[in-house]
Amino acid sequence: MNELIQFDLSLIMPEIFVLSMAMVVLMTDLFIKPSSRWIIYSLSQLTLLGSTYLTGKDFAEETQFAFSNMFVRDGLADFLKMISYLGISLTFLYSRSYMKDRGLYRGEYFALVLFALLGMMIMISSHNMLLVYMGLELLSLCLYSITALDRDNQKATESAIKYFVLGALASGLLLYGMSMIYGATSSLDIGIISTTLFNHPTDHSILVLGLVFVLAGLAFKLGAVPFQMWVPDVYEGAPSSIAMLISSVPKLAAFAITIRLLADGLQSMIIDWKEMLLIMAVLSISIGNITAIAQKNIKRMYAYSTISHIGFILFGVMSGSLNGYASSLFYVASYMLMTLVSFAILMIMSNKNFECELIEDFKGLNKRSPWYAFLMLIVMLSMAGIPPTIGFYAKFMVLQAALEAGFVGFVIYAVMMVLVGMFYYLRIVKLMYFDEPKVKGKIEASLDVQWVLSLNALSLLIIGLVPYTFMEATTQAISLSLN
Amino acid sequence: MIGLSHYLILAAILFTISVVGIFLNRKNIIILLMSIELMLLAVNINFIAFSYYLNDIAGQIFVFFILTIAAAESAIGLAIIVLIFRNTRSINVDDLNRLSG
Repeated sequence: MNELIQFDLSLIMPEIFVLSMAMVVLMTDLFIKPSSRWIIYSLSQLTLLGSTYLTGKDFAEETQFAFSNMFVRDGLADFLKMISYLGISLTFLYSRSYMKDRGLYRGEYFALVLFALLGMMIMISSHNMLLVYMGLELLSLCLYSITALDRDNQKATESAIKYFVLGALASGLLLYGMSMIYGATSSLDIGIISTTLFNHPTDHSILVLGLVFVLAGLAFKLGAVPFQMWVPDVYEGAPSSIAMLISSVPKLAAFAITIRLLADGLQSMIIDWKEMLLIMAVLSISIGNITAIAQKNIKRMYAYSTISHIGFILFGVMSGSLNGYASSLFYVASYMLMTLVSFAILMIMSNKNFECELIEDFKGLNKRSPWYAFLMLIVMLSMAGIPPTIGFYAKFMVLQAALEAGFVGFVIYAVMMVLVGMFYYLRIVKLMYFDEPKVKGKIEASLDVQWVLSLNALSLLIIGLVPYTFMEATTQAISLSLN
Repeated sequence: MIGLSHYLILAAILFTISVVGIFLNRKNIIILLMSIELMLLAVNINFIAFSYYLNDIAGQIFVFFILTIAAAESAIGLAIIVLIFRNTRSINVDDLNRLSG
């Protein structure tokens, strides 16, 4: 081991930019009046614009490594980063007035979200287990503190401690698994682990033990059954804007490390992890969809629907083919677009004195505002998986990949569970269009939110009609990264 | 002679104690934090034992990072516990029942 450490700063420009801007945001907040918070907001949006430019400027055509193979920049990484910037930017926009009404529109919110974004970028680009852990902790620590941002709210603090304890447990499990894999392969580098396992299949039992712990940790972070306990509590307890953040972009990063660890590092053990993922996927789809029916709180319903979506994402990963990974990537990206709209409508319907939390609050939305009812209709149809929305196409691709891998019975079971899921999505449609409104009053939102939200919701329909360019991009991203 | 397996067994025992501590503990949130800390230390023992026996320095470097992050993690955990104490005047695990879950 006598190689020089190579620093290739040009590859990590987006990360450096986000890091320095997060500090600028933190510092600027000290020197401005609370009434001019729009400066912080614009700075944060500028950060995302700048990092989009930096990532897009030299969008990775081939795999490049920096920092002695610790950091990787490939098609998958750049694709996921671009979508993360979009997601965070939309989160800032949608949550602006909601946070203002509740006194949470503070500088530390923006700084913490930007640091969380940095953590996600590191996770997405990690090619070493040390970096996976560092990125994961940077993300998680920021999310724990953002959950408790509404510090006088008992529910929020309670959900924060639950999230913290279970998240720390998950990190511990993941680390324990990593130490086992390190012991079996004598390397932390994902590429070296992959080649070592491929060339000399070593001591099997210690590797399988490590794999079980790594999978448990990943499942916790993704929110897959049987490690889903924190998801509903955090969604219900945290303010809607923060639940939106937790439910959307971090799933992309968790998906990225799942792909890096399983499909890249532990590729030779596919027979072992395939079965474990299968169990988690089937359980997530069943428990997510069936428990969601019984929910009265719409945020808890979203939580269980998230769990079922995670089940579908795992379905694609476990099929173990490039096609399967690409369709999972498509699924997780479209899931992010859907969940952002669903929470944004929740926040638009809330105001200073009213928190839209119950499914009943959607009663008669069509009479109050036909346009928002229509946008919600698109999201619900998309989440249920009804054509011609993006959700249908995502489910179709994932199940097709699973079918090619030979899981015929489980695909049929998953389709049946989609039918079960339709009940609770369509119930909201029924409440919106056929019931009398419980709460009167107009729904107001600022002009930019109206436009962007409409575009975001309509994109679910448009991409659903012509999914091929988007699907091609995901296929290319995956096939560029995994050979 | 103490070999690699002894260290691994020690780490496994500590890890089990910490996981059991998280799930059986019904009294105090501070004990949850202690269990989490113990879990990370168990992982550290694992890494150092492997690093020594494999003659590879990377595992020991990992331990430094884990120690640092564990400190940051407990800082945030304690901060959240302070918030809970301010809100409910108690840090009993049983009092955390506002969310139905």
